Amino acid sequence: MSSTQTVFRKFFVAAAVFVAISAVTGCHKKRSGIDPNSLGPAATTEGAAPTATISADPLAIDLGQSVVLNWRTQNATVVTIDGIGQVNVNGTQTVAPSNSTNFHLVAKGDGGTTEANVRVTVRVPVAPTVPANTGSLPGDMGTDEAFHQNVQDAFFDYDSYDLRPDAQTAISQGAAYLAAHPAIRVVIGGYADERGSAEYNLALGENRANSARSALIAAGVAPNRLRVISYGKEKQFCTEENETCWQQNRRAQFSLDR
Amino acid sequence: MFRPVCKSTNFHPKLWLAAMALLILYGPQLHAQDWFKTETSSGADRIRIAVANFKPISADAQTSSVKGTFDATLYSDLASAGIFDIVSKSLAPQSSPGTPAEINLQQWSADPASAAMVAFGNLGVEGGRLVANGFLFDAKNTQYPQVLAKQYNEDPSEESARQIAHRFADEIIFRLGGGVPGISETKIYYVKMGGGNKEIWEMDYDGANQHAITHLGTVTLSPRVAPDNSRLAFSSLGREGFQIRVYSLLLGRMVNFAAAGGTNLSPAWAPNGKELAYSSSRSGDPEIWIADINGGLARRITSFRGPDVSPVYNPRTGSQIAWISGRTGLPQLYIMDTDGSGVTRMTDGGYATSPSWSPNGQFLTFAWNRKYGPGAPGGQDIYVMEVATKKWIQLTHDGGRCDFPSWSPDGRHITYANTADGRPEHMKIWTMLSDGTQKRALTGPGADMPNWSWK
Repeated sequence: MSSTQTVFRKFFVAAAVFVAISAVTGCHKKRSGIDPNSLGPAATTEGAAPTATISADPLAIDLGQSVVLNWRTQNATVVTIDGIGQVNVNGTQTVAPSNSTNFHLVAKGDGGTTEANVRVTVRVPVAPTVPANTGSLPGDMGTDEAFHQNVQDAFFDYDSYDLRPDAQTAISQGAAYLAAHPAIRVVIGGYADERGSAEYNLALGENRANSARSALIAAGVAPNRLRVISYGKEKQFCTEENETCWQQNRRAQFSLDR
Repeated sequence: MFRPVCKSTNFHPKLWLAAMALLILYGPQLHAQDWFKTETSSGADRIRIAVANFKPISADAQTSSVKGTFDATLYSDLASAGIFDIVSKSLAPQSSPGTPAEINLQQWSADPASAAMVAFGNLGVEGGRLVANGFLFDAKNTQYPQVLAKQYNEDPSEESARQIAHRFADEIIFRLGGGVPGISETKIYYVKMGGGNKEIWEMDYDGANQHAITHLGTVTLSPRVAPDNSRLAFSSLGREGFQIRVYSLLLGRMVNFAAAGGTNLSPAWAPNGKELAYSSSRSGDPEIWIADINGGLARRITSFRGPDVSPVYNPRTGSQIAWISGRTGLPQLYIMDTDGSGVTRMTDGGYATSPSWSPNGQFLTFAWNRKYGPGAPGGQDIYVMEVATKKWIQLTHDGGRCDFPSWSPDGRHITYANTADGRPEHMKIWTMLSDGTQKRALTGPGADMPNWSWK
């Protein structure tokens, strides 16, 4: 009994599978193929106005470098870019302009015309100007501007070399910048206002610069990156006789030690 | 350097000291009133001296030119000596006695000249040499009037005429001033500002002959001449900050002084000329250090947090140092022994700077702003303090900011810097007697930090 029963069961399973497959796929041999117009984005459906965008990456280059233009349009039939000519409705192209250029895209369609622009700036190197003390260490300390923006001078009270809270804040920020830029070495100048005596003010300036130095070291800056010079009242920032001016002169000034 | 005070010759040095003592004794009471006269400035005890114009030996143009220089210099030296009541030239007889035979002493001792002493002589260019004969006569002693007779023979020039006058004046001052050598041949070293730099200049004690010593093209401060006039120490700004540097006045060039870390300021020569005390922050805080004259064997003397600067030796003993310390806040005047012991605070407040120790070791002069602070009244003036008692007198009043007093080697004069309107570029160098009288400017604007030579 077992052998005939098994053969019958196999046949039944195969028939059931066939019926199931037929039911799922259906029998639509009479339908037409896929309409290609329904798949792509472009095309001239019912006369809508075209849209267009164009972008460049990067927006600014040095002379000789290239930039990638990337544009997208809709409802356009003819797309042109000045200086390149007719292009695909959507596309990318690498260009290397020799000077700053406006890339002007015109997308024409049945619904009208649309324009899009992108400007690529080309930095043309100029003849090197006076080498402003940059010497033999190109760039690894960054610019003076960036340094002074991030490492701000510490100002002191009259005849004092204790760090005020505002000076502490300035030095904390400065220490963070120095931690992020380990190539920077700093010279700390100690200054005093024009009152008082020259010799004493030089000693006081030394104490002021050393206060700033100690605070930077406490904030994690390596001592061998810091150099201290006292200028006392010998190099004034401001020469008027009022408290605003005197305050300007009572400082520990941080500079790049090039 | 030990400067002997001759006590046996006659009464004048004692009078001088007595006058200073009196001045100090009554100083605190007297300072309330702005102006005071002491025995040193009253004229009562001063010798009234007349200076005749020297008689020209010949009538040539060169003689009259150098004679003008000589007469003016001799008169100025004696007038500023601080020990004479000098007869104004308008009160003196019109005669120019050239030799002892030509002088009529009654003419000089009578009114209005009323001179006790007369200096006279002759001078001229003879055989390519400048020859001068100078005499000092006691006008009241008609029998043996001659006190002094000197002859000089130099290359003919304005400079020689000035030098001869200085030497003759110093002879008179030495003889009549109690054996204390005159200062007419001493120099003053100072800082001259120009073009953003400061260089060291030298001039004669009377402001003549101003000329540059250094050409370092940077900021150079605090000139201090060695006791033997051989070297000049100062502090100069370089790439590593201020460093002590030494210039040889004999070689005319810089000589070695070992550089140290930190800011190094305000050198001071020991009176034996073998050591320099100065402020150095090589250990992180400005302290007083002493090194040999090449910068070697440096040792630290002070050890308190805060600025320590402007040391100066007691020139009499060489065993004490006065200096300025900010260890308690505003800078104060202190003294100590050269081994750092025996620290004594001298000023009781205010803002004190720039000490100079008198040659006899008794007094300190310094700049002091007794009511220092924003908006505080008063100004920075020159004071003299007696070391033993800490009693002081004020020498300058209401004349603007004063600083950097420096004693002359005879102790009778103090040179200092003053700016009438407080602007640093208007600073001039002045001189005065050490009782605050006879103030006069030696330089134009742009001169600072005078240092009087030791001899």
